[in-house]
Amino acid sequence: MKTYSRLIACPCCDSVYQRRRLNSGEEARCVRCAARLYCADPAALERWLALTFTAGIASAIATCYPVLEVAFHGAQRSVTLWQTATALASGATLPLGVGTVLLLIVVPFMQIALFGWVVFFARIGRPAPGFILAMKLLLFLRPWNMVGVGLLGFLVAGIKLAGWLQVAPGPGCWALALLMLLLTIISRRNIDTLWTCSAPPAGAPVVDHG
Amino acid sequence: MVNPPRAGSLGLVVCHTCALVCRPGEPADQAMHCPRCHTRLYRRRPASLSRAWALLIAAVTLYFPANLMPVMYSSLLGNGGENTILAGVWAFWRAGSYGVAGLIFIASVVIPCIKFIALGLLLLTCGRGSGWARAERTRLYRFTEAIGYWSMLDVMVVAVVSALVKFQQLSDAEPRCGILFFALVVLFTLLCAMSFDPRLIWDGNENEPHAAST
Repeated sequence: MKTYSRLIACPCCDSVYQRRRLNSGEEARCVRCAARLYCADPAALERWLALTFTAGIASAIATCYPVLEVAFHGAQRSVTLWQTATALASGATLPLGVGTVLLLIVVPFMQIALFGWVVFFARIGRPAPGFILAMKLLLFLRPWNMVGVGLLGFLVAGIKLAGWLQVAPGPGCWALALLMLLLTIISRRNIDTLWTCSAPPAGAPVVDHG
Repeated sequence: MVNPPRAGSLGLVVCHTCALVCRPGEPADQAMHCPRCHTRLYRRRPASLSRAWALLIAAVTLYFPANLMPVMYSSLLGNGGENTILAGVWAFWRAGSYGVAGLIFIASVVIPCIKFIALGLLLLTCGRGSGWARAERTRLYRFTEAIGYWSMLDVMVVAVVSALVKFQQLSDAEPRCGILFFALVVLFTLLCAMSFDPRLIWDGNENEPHAAST
């Protein structure tokens, strides 16, 4: 089978283009349907590693430390991200609780771990073990990270409860905001370019026609 | 401006996973795999329209119990009650928090309805092979994909409130069945948008009246 690594096809309408080198800050868009094809990647792999590491720390803090604290007639209560996700895991809403744990905690954690894994090996110039599986998982997980909407949920719930309770943000709240920001940056990076860092495929004869 | 060629007309197949452009060999009916990521190669997502229709119908059906059944039970000093989504919005509105009421209304009512209409429109027009407003319909698809997950807002609010408000007799909050249906509605619309293949919008005769605007 012939492959053409210098061609790129629009994911929305299948128009085929030649890849060009872009200046930093530029992005290539499809002339037929205006979809974003690829963009110049300004940051070196080290910077992506640093961002990933920070996101890992932020995710640990957001999961373990209280995000919101409330007081009601002298009684104190605080919740971590984990307690929030598991609050739905009782009775009829049990499947929803499991889903929330996945969307708020497991998916972001896996995204950070897999992205760090792939970028680390790309940086040291060796094929990452399980590279194809890791890349497929990263693509699969991309739409399922709901940290952003989770943070908005905390804000709305805080406003809702402020009517009859005293509400204060906890240390996890800032970590969650940072995590949302970093995950947005990380998942906006087109991981397509990482495919070319992988080792040439073994097996069937492949002729690359540029 | 001349329109660029499309992969199909050049005899190329694009991997849906790693976006590698491939030219398949002679036996075209045999199952092909991407040489780089070993995923099965398809010209279009398999059974795109029928899967998307099934998920859309499931989502619209579940939208009724999601709105009619209570999503949360809350009690304050002995007076408890169950609330539906719209009752929650109304409570915010009466309390004077117009911004929050608007936000929840948009996330739980406006966005799901926009998605139902947009996806229904895309599926209908693509099923008929229409060449109407292709660029606009592609933009509509991307918009639908982008706003999709914000409807999960109400689920998160219910989760946070029922985790926080646990003061035994004084005040308590618990999730109810409605929120499960609502989460399923959001899940099914997300899956529907994922199964729909936007390339279908551009299939068929390119030179129909509205298509060639460039």
